[in-house]
Amino acid sequence: MAFERPDLIPVLPEIFVVTMACVVLLVDVYQRQSNRMLTYLLSQATLVGGLILTLSLHTSAPEYTFGDTFVKDTMSDVLKGFIYLSAFVVFLYSRRYLQERGQLTGEFFVLGLFAVLGMMVMVSAHSLLLVYLGLELLSLCLYAMVALNRDSKTSAEAAMKYFVLGALASGMLLYGMSLFYGVTGSLDSRAISTAVTMGVGNEIVLKLGLVFIVIGLAFKLGSVPFHMWVPDVYHGSPTNITLFIGTVPKIAAFGMTIRLLVDTAAAMHVDWQQMLIILAMLSIAVGNVVAIAQTNIKRMLAYSTISHMGFLLLGVLSGSADGYSSAMFYTLVYAIMGLGGFGMILLLSRAGFEAENLEDFKGLNERSPWMAFMMLLLMFSMAGVPPTVGFFAKLSVLQAAVRADLIWLAVFAVVFSVVGAFYYLRVVKLMYFDKPVDVQPIVCGMDMRVALSINGTAVLLLGMFPGTLMALCHTAFN
Amino acid sequence: MEPVQFVFYAFATVLVLASLAVITARNPVYSVLFLVLAFFTSAAIWLLLEAEFLAITLVLVYVGAVMVLFLFVVMMLDINLDQLREGFAKYLPVGALVGFIILVQMVIVLGPEQFGLDRVADPVKHGPDYSNTKELGNVLYTDYVFPFELASVILLVAIVAAIALTLRRRPENKAMNAADQIKVKRAERIKLIAMAPEKDEPAEG
Repeated sequence: MAFERPDLIPVLPEIFVVTMACVVLLVDVYQRQSNRMLTYLLSQATLVGGLILTLSLHTSAPEYTFGDTFVKDTMSDVLKGFIYLSAFVVFLYSRRYLQERGQLTGEFFVLGLFAVLGMMVMVSAHSLLLVYLGLELLSLCLYAMVALNRDSKTSAEAAMKYFVLGALASGMLLYGMSLFYGVTGSLDSRAISTAVTMGVGNEIVLKLGLVFIVIGLAFKLGSVPFHMWVPDVYHGSPTNITLFIGTVPKIAAFGMTIRLLVDTAAAMHVDWQQMLIILAMLSIAVGNVVAIAQTNIKRMLAYSTISHMGFLLLGVLSGSADGYSSAMFYTLVYAIMGLGGFGMILLLSRAGFEAENLEDFKGLNERSPWMAFMMLLLMFSMAGVPPTVGFFAKLSVLQAAVRADLIWLAVFAVVFSVVGAFYYLRVVKLMYFDKPVDVQPIVCGMDMRVALSINGTAVLLLGMFPGTLMALCHTAFN
Repeated sequence: MEPVQFVFYAFATVLVLASLAVITARNPVYSVLFLVLAFFTSAAIWLLLEAEFLAITLVLVYVGAVMVLFLFVVMMLDINLDQLREGFAKYLPVGALVGFIILVQMVIVLGPEQFGLDRVADPVKHGPDYSNTKELGNVLYTDYVFPFELASVILLVAIVAAIALTLRRRPENKAMNAADQIKVKRAERIKLIAMAPEKDEPAEG
């Protein structure tokens, strides 16, 4: 029997994370109910260790292992690095919020770590089977995390909606994959890609499969018209879970999109470009317009996410290395902005009080000028105002669209991002020109204050010096 | 018609009808039983494809374990059927129309022109000494070891999630704790109070 022992070095970060997740699971059992410090520290150490491992194993040439089904290239390494960092920040922001509510359980960290593992697999998958398994691992963790606060009725409802629609989306994705398998006879990305390029098999069936795959992707990204779950889930989940769902999985979803559309079906670019144009246009329009009508800031940020996903697709659909790297830049920037935005909600919440409404941001400047300034930077960045990094992110995807001769689409996106600027600037107006409704002092630990400050200033600094991150995204596709 | 084809069509018809019955049966218990039938017939179709191991696993795991559990759950739950059926008639025409269009489109795209017998080669026929289980085992723990391990992690997450979502200490729970009962000291249970001896007073009234 010919079997070549697979090289395990490229998957070392995954092995490390899964081992540590199991260790955390065991250690947590022996912790006191009230004190989860060790669990927390171990989880954070896992993420830091994963980051160090990924960085030290980095090579510029792509490495394949497990019979070509697993790939470790620059894109996967950069995305993994940002996944660890964002998860680290999520854990850090969540700790006080959970402690005040008596919900600081080990399960949150364990499920979070397993979700991180799922995302790592998604961005490194070079076979449809691995994409699907990574996605399921991630989704299963997310469904459970949304429902973790068992006494809340809205959380249960959100988890139910997320689960049903997520299962439907997985079904669509699987059906598309099965059609690809039926035509090309392989689940391996490279084999499918060669078969598609050579024109083996029936084109119509492949296109039908592609339709299902794109629908599955759109569900997971949350782009219109497959966005119905986004506002409800963001609104219904505990805020720290919203922070998690709204940021880290988007990085993985971008990785999955590239693995499925570019690595596997690059030859069908003309076909998926049309589908993505429709998705991007609808997302940008609906996201920006509906967000104006929201009074709940979590719902507002949910619609803002939808519009950001439209911009991300704008970069992907242009179909060039430049386009992909600008979309990757956009995703990473969005993750940073999302962490800050949802982090602010966590900052203003305290035991027995959720700062969920726009009103709660009124007069933030009088309560804490520094934090109000941070929020101002984040909102400017989401709106795409220079010199924040959001501007450069939007600029680069628009450039990619223009280069792909889609000038009308770029103009459309600009018009709607102007519309979108209204609701971001409304938050700024509320913070600086309105009297505070809630005058309680803001209580938060030093770690969170420092992290949020770094998060806010990062948006400004990256905006002034976008070169490094941009170059990083460029090397991933060149 | 060859006998194999006849067997296939017979099972396929039963499979489609059973699947339809799953979603249309009025009683959820019947739905579950039809699902059992559907699993059973698809196992038979897998047998036709010489996938004996998968067919037997489907019967053992799904029919034997999962569906029986399912049946228990459905019987235990107090499902209000009227509430579930609400709006069924209202949405039926639209749903049926959409379903019909999808069916027609899929038949056009996936019909015999693309996946007909002349388009797809026959699967290789194996002799009686060919072991399906052995072949599966060979690739499962070698070529597919990474997906296999991932699947096990997914199962672990399912366990963690299920416990996290359902295990809770209820305050009204009167369960005994054996360790506490053994550890208990006499002093914790009995309290001796020094009292002045009471005088026997005649009961009033």
